[in-house]
Amino acid sequence: MDYVLLVEQLLNGFQLGIILFLMAAGLTLVFGIMDLVNLAHGSLFMIGAFVGGTLALATDSFVLGAVLMVPAMFVIGVLLETIALRTLYRRSHLDQVLATFGLILFFNEATRLIWGPEGLVIPLPDFLEGTVALGAGITYPLYRVVIIGVGLLVALGLYLLVAKTRFGMLVRAGASNRTMAGALGVNIPALFTLVFGIGAVLAGLAGLIITPITQAAIGMGEDVLILAFVVIVIGGIGSVRGAFIAAVLTGVIDTMGRSFLDLLLLLVLPANAAEAAGPALASMLIYILMAGILFFRPQGLFPPRGATVIQ
Amino acid sequence: MTEDTRDAVLVAQGLNKSFGGLQAATDLSVSARRGEIHAVIGPNGAGKTTFVHMLSGFLRPDSGKIEFQGHDITDLSPAARVRRGLARSFQITSVFREFTVLENVVLPVQSRQGHSFRFWRPALNDPTLLEPARALLEEVGLGDRADAVAGHLAHGEQRQLEIAIALATRPSFLLLDEPMAGMGPDENRALIDFLGELKTDRGMLLVEHDLDAVFALADRITVLVYGRVVVSGSPDEIRKDAQVRNAYLGETQM
Amino acid sequence: MTRRLTPAGTVTALVLALCAAVPYLAPALDEPFYVIVFARIMIWAIAAVSLNLIMGYGGMISFGHAVYLGIGGYAVGILGFHDVTSAWVQLPVAIGLSAVVALVFGVICLRTRGIYFIMITLALAQMVYFLSVSAERYGSDDGLNILWRSDFGTRLFDLEDSVVMYYTIFAVLLGCLLVKWRIVMSRFGMVLRASSSNDTRVQAVGVPTFRYRLVAFVIAGVMCGLAGFLQANLERFVSPDMMNWHRSGELILMTVLGGTSTLFGPVVGAVVFLMLSEILSTITIHWHLVFGPFLVLVVLFARGGVMGLLGSRARHD
Repeated sequence: MDYVLLVEQLLNGFQLGIILFLMAAGLTLVFGIMDLVNLAHGSLFMIGAFVGGTLALATDSFVLGAVLMVPAMFVIGVLLETIALRTLYRRSHLDQVLATFGLILFFNEATRLIWGPEGLVIPLPDFLEGTVALGAGITYPLYRVVIIGVGLLVALGLYLLVAKTRFGMLVRAGASNRTMAGALGVNIPALFTLVFGIGAVLAGLAGLIITPITQAAIGMGEDVLILAFVVIVIGGIGSVRGAFIAAVLTGVIDTMGRSFLDLLLLLVLPANAAEAAGPALASMLIYILMAGILFFRPQGLFPPRGATVIQ
Repeated sequence: MTEDTRDAVLVAQGLNKSFGGLQAATDLSVSARRGEIHAVIGPNGAGKTTFVHMLSGFLRPDSGKIEFQGHDITDLSPAARVRRGLARSFQITSVFREFTVLENVVLPVQSRQGHSFRFWRPALNDPTLLEPARALLEEVGLGDRADAVAGHLAHGEQRQLEIAIALATRPSFLLLDEPMAGMGPDENRALIDFLGELKTDRGMLLVEHDLDAVFALADRITVLVYGRVVVSGSPDEIRKDAQVRNAYLGETQM
Repeated sequence: MTRRLTPAGTVTALVLALCAAVPYLAPALDEPFYVIVFARIMIWAIAAVSLNLIMGYGGMISFGHAVYLGIGGYAVGILGFHDVTSAWVQLPVAIGLSAVVALVFGVICLRTRGIYFIMITLALAQMVYFLSVSAERYGSDDGLNILWRSDFGTRLFDLEDSVVMYYTIFAVLLGCLLVKWRIVMSRFGMVLRASSSNDTRVQAVGVPTFRYRLVAFVIAGVMCGLAGFLQANLERFVSPDMMNWHRSGELILMTVLGGTSTLFGPVVGAVVFLMLSEILSTITIHWHLVFGPFLVLVVLFARGGVMGLLGSRARHD
């Protein structure tokens, strides 16, 4: 097996993991703290790509567009929370699923109306083009290195925010025990809005950052959303650390499976069978992983404390 | 502390349970006898509900053993324990709120009659379910409320129904988790009388805050503090025990 | 025994009468297109009825229910692709495969509750969806055309005859409604409904609920697989899109729109949903822009769905 390809695919998997983490981090906090099923989180991924992309095209600078996207997504997130989602906290999960499904339909159609059905192509600025030599004969696209770097920085920042600040303490308290957080005299609605705004920024960032590689398309957030669900289930609802580890695990396994599974199968199966079964099995790999983890740990790898108390 | 385990039906031996750093049960041993009411009392956080959850199978002890009628039931599911005759009620009223009162007791009657993989005949036209269910409701004094929706009952009635559901499984031993919770004095009186009548033909383990009820009903009392048995004995012994007075009864007038 | 007809009962009778009469009404009104529209509606209704068994009565919000449409459909498509057109093979395979998949998925996801359950059913369905996308031999995204409808081997019952096809769907819908009604009222249904209300308590009266929930999950899967079998035959086509997660979302929508935990609600929901989208999409291609918020409002203000508005008591009607 070619080790250069192996390292490259490993990095690709890690990069996918980073994108998944940006999606899952906000989602897991919203699930854990507010007990809200928010399908529209995938729409935020898409809106981030379109809004950030439009800003980048308007300012003629991808970096400036990305920077401006942050407050824009925060405002969109806060508006979405205060107008539509706030009323859903006390509703059943079924109501939440339905209402946020309705929001997806709305956002997809609104995007089609504003930006047209073709989507948006965001060119990569020149200074982000090219490749980096990683030594030992391995080169890797510069922009993907940037994605990984940005993702790691955000993960670090988020870790510090949740683990080291008063805000983070409240978030953690809210995730394990809402009444206690209320008893501490916390303004719960404001905390929720803030958390949701941050989640929106992270989702938008993930959407924008991937756009130069793919392109901004309607419904682009939906497959990522479902993968993020898998990540959250594996990592444990409400746990940012769990989301990070599970996201990287999912990204790497998915990517490696798609690249190398048919080669592995060749060791045990005849060629034509391996060729047929490889892609099929690769596409199922992470779901099998999820099922396996659930079977042994129904609460995920890192359940937040307090989640195991019955009744 | 050694317990006399002769004629004991339900025996817990050396139960331990911790949640993270919190030790909710430490070397907990209690044995309850047939035809007696064994009360478990203790201040808030003493681990009383954890104890009931372990006895009924909703929590698995980290170590220790639970025997019922001479059989080790430590690894049995809650449902399997009920089928052996060990039923429980809940501290937080746990009736089927959308069901009628009658349906609430039809379900346990149905459970008693074996599996429920019967898909075609309407359950509520079946006299073998309805007759025992109605009889039981008469017994607990809810006969005239049979068709009311359980969620609409007054609190006291819901507490009655709570016990009725457990009784409908025809248990030989009953675990009652704070049956008096949230009841007024009059309702309390009636419930104490009712529980007193029940004990003649079955054993009972009664977890309760209301000490009047405990001393009126119990044949034996075990005091828990921080998940440990402080003392166990007859009501008179408990009343006299200095340790109990200090640790728990404190300011309560006796 | 005489009973006054309730508003909900009236709607039920009217909708069923309409379904029965469409093959004669539509040509008479010079709108033959409506025959296929109603055939589609009834297939969705079967799927929604099956979802409601576990969602409305068992409290299991499956966000992957459309997967069984795909499985039932692909059983017809793939067997047909290999020149196996006999219904006596295709139908048992569609049913058996749906049952096996539902059993495996059920064992995995019924260990969890709430949000986890929703996400896992979605993820597992997505797995099968991607499997079908990756199956190049069977057309990947483009799907498979079905040359011949399932062959029952007799001229008396030939699905190639559009009237036979239509009334087969109608009969299956009636059958599913009957089966669901009996199940819900039975001892099994008691356990199912009770476990949705308070699962801990059901265990505390001696019923091990897991196996009952699992069996309900399998029954619902099989019923929906049957709908997939019919859909593949009606459209003469299967594709991964049959089990796209949007389809699962729409099934939930129909059920809630009509009224969860009511026998007939999902049928009404399917009629309302599909007629509404039929009408709205002729007015504007951007009809989702209106439809999305409409759904949000339905959730927020019209709880109980159409049947709820008509005063149908949940559970029994």
